[in-house]
Amino acid sequence: MARSNTNIFSLAIFRRPGISPADRFFRASVLTVALSVFAITAIVAYELVRNSRLPIEKFGWSFLWGTTWDPVAEQFGALPFLYGTLVSSALALLIAVPVGLGVAIFLSELAPRWVSDPVAFLVELLAAIPSVIYGLVGIFVFVPWIRNVLEPALSGTLGFLPLFQGAPYGVGMLTAGIVLAMMVVPFIVSVSREILMAVPLSQREAILSLGATQWEMVRIAVLPYARSGIMGSIFLALARALGETMAVTMVIGNRPEIRLSLFEPGYTMAAVIANEFTEATSDLYVQALIEIGLVLFAVTILVNALARLLIHSVFTKVEVRE
Amino acid sequence: MTSALLLRRRLTNIVMLSLTGVCTALVLGVLFFILGYITYHGIAALNWDFFTKLPKPVGETGGGMANAIVGTIKLLALASLIGVPIGFFGGVYLSEYGRKNAIGFSIRYAADILNGIPSIVMGIFAYTIVVLPMGHFSSLAGGVALGIMMIPIAVRSSEEFLKLVPASLREAALALGLAEWKVVSFVVIPTAFRGIVTGIMLDLARVAGETAPLLFTAFSNRFWSRGWLEPTASLPVMIYTYAIAPYEDWHRQAWAAGMVLLMLVLGANLLSRLILHRQLRG
Repeated sequence: MARSNTNIFSLAIFRRPGISPADRFFRASVLTVALSVFAITAIVAYELVRNSRLPIEKFGWSFLWGTTWDPVAEQFGALPFLYGTLVSSALALLIAVPVGLGVAIFLSELAPRWVSDPVAFLVELLAAIPSVIYGLVGIFVFVPWIRNVLEPALSGTLGFLPLFQGAPYGVGMLTAGIVLAMMVVPFIVSVSREILMAVPLSQREAILSLGATQWEMVRIAVLPYARSGIMGSIFLALARALGETMAVTMVIGNRPEIRLSLFEPGYTMAAVIANEFTEATSDLYVQALIEIGLVLFAVTILVNALARLLIHSVFTKVEVRE
Repeated sequence: MTSALLLRRRLTNIVMLSLTGVCTALVLGVLFFILGYITYHGIAALNWDFFTKLPKPVGETGGGMANAIVGTIKLLALASLIGVPIGFFGGVYLSEYGRKNAIGFSIRYAADILNGIPSIVMGIFAYTIVVLPMGHFSSLAGGVALGIMMIPIAVRSSEEFLKLVPASLREAALALGLAEWKVVSFVVIPTAFRGIVTGIMLDLARVAGETAPLLFTAFSNRFWSRGWLEPTASLPVMIYTYAIAPYEDWHRQAWAAGMVLLMLVLGANLLSRLILHRQLRG
């Protein structure tokens, strides 16, 4: 049987002298369509750069560290949005990574197959729920709960930290982080679970035979082996969190200020685009928003590329060893 | 001494392993809570008017979202018109000609990049290529945004299902003297057809819930949108605007719309996975 990564039609025996016009046409048309995928991706990047010319010329790099966002005075600095995006995503990962890894370990090491598969499917359903639905539940359920229960509790116990000071608004960085965590956890679970299941049995048997407990096996033999793949799943989740728009817009409070406290409202790059795009009156204003989109685009491409690299490296490692 | 150490190790083992169980219960709890909460409030808010009436003017209660339901269907139809052919033929190329060559590699890479682009950035893109030249928001712009978002998943899922077709089938057809394009069109594609359709259904379910790319492309509309060049309402955008509005009755309708959208998306998801499961088994 032919290897799955060879194309039958390019094998030497089928390379007849003079391919028929019909076949030539067929090949050319599918190739054209396929190349259009490449073209579209390039055009997206080009359009983003082209349509953010004005602020790039006017502000240069200071666009990235300017802290004033004042459309009336036409002064645009994106730092509060960069800060909000980074902090809310970091917070989301802080919650989602341990929980997601816990689920992945449970599903790959403890649960029998007939439990593991349906549960993994249910967890993936979390990723299928539209962002705006998270926002809807966020506004009416999580925001009041966080304002009335979680934030008073946190300021009561950890209130000496500047992170947990200030009035409990409900909307703010903390809420955005929690909602984002729910949205990205399925990405960590599904990728990590597969990576953990790809760790060779011999790896586990070796350490069990030395008398390790099951947890020690996971900690010493399984997790380190799968480390780069797990990192990959985390970057994948990070890329999702960075670009997430609707749910965050609905619960983060939308105030372009940099505050240390997680209780305070913040703003993210995606949220400011969603909120202000249709209201932007001048060309410079619109293009400043598009430039924020460009920054977001660049960052997510980098993070995604890193994720793929890491995940890929694990699977090639597994293939080579076995 | 030794037994104390052993005890501690066993205790750690039990504690940590139970914690992983707790994590699983927590995540499943979140899922069931969201589903249950939406269903509970959605059912209470849902009525016949929701499906048949236009939104009432601001301040009046009642009315429905008939225009948004039709709007979402129109947007998805437009999106399929763009996403399905490109995705499908792209997948054919990758599976039949591009498994190992440089073109195949770079197209796969481009699709991965496209898939990673945040949806709001897709909205900006559709804005710059459709809304700016035309000068106004339109269903067309929204359809373009969603259509491009469909491409990467459609390409990769079509490719995967075509790759599942055994090489022996292609060889047998070629050995009978069939032309290459006939082998692909009448042997390979029909064999993988059900899988490809299912993949596209999953893809549609994914973009059906997208809100961000529609905010400044399809925009919104409180009336019927005629043709393809007027702004149109859609369920996700309606949920957003109604949820952040200060009116009690709008919140009620947001729950109803949320439930309808969720049922639509999860229903398509469950159905297609069920079909896939059957196919892979049978």
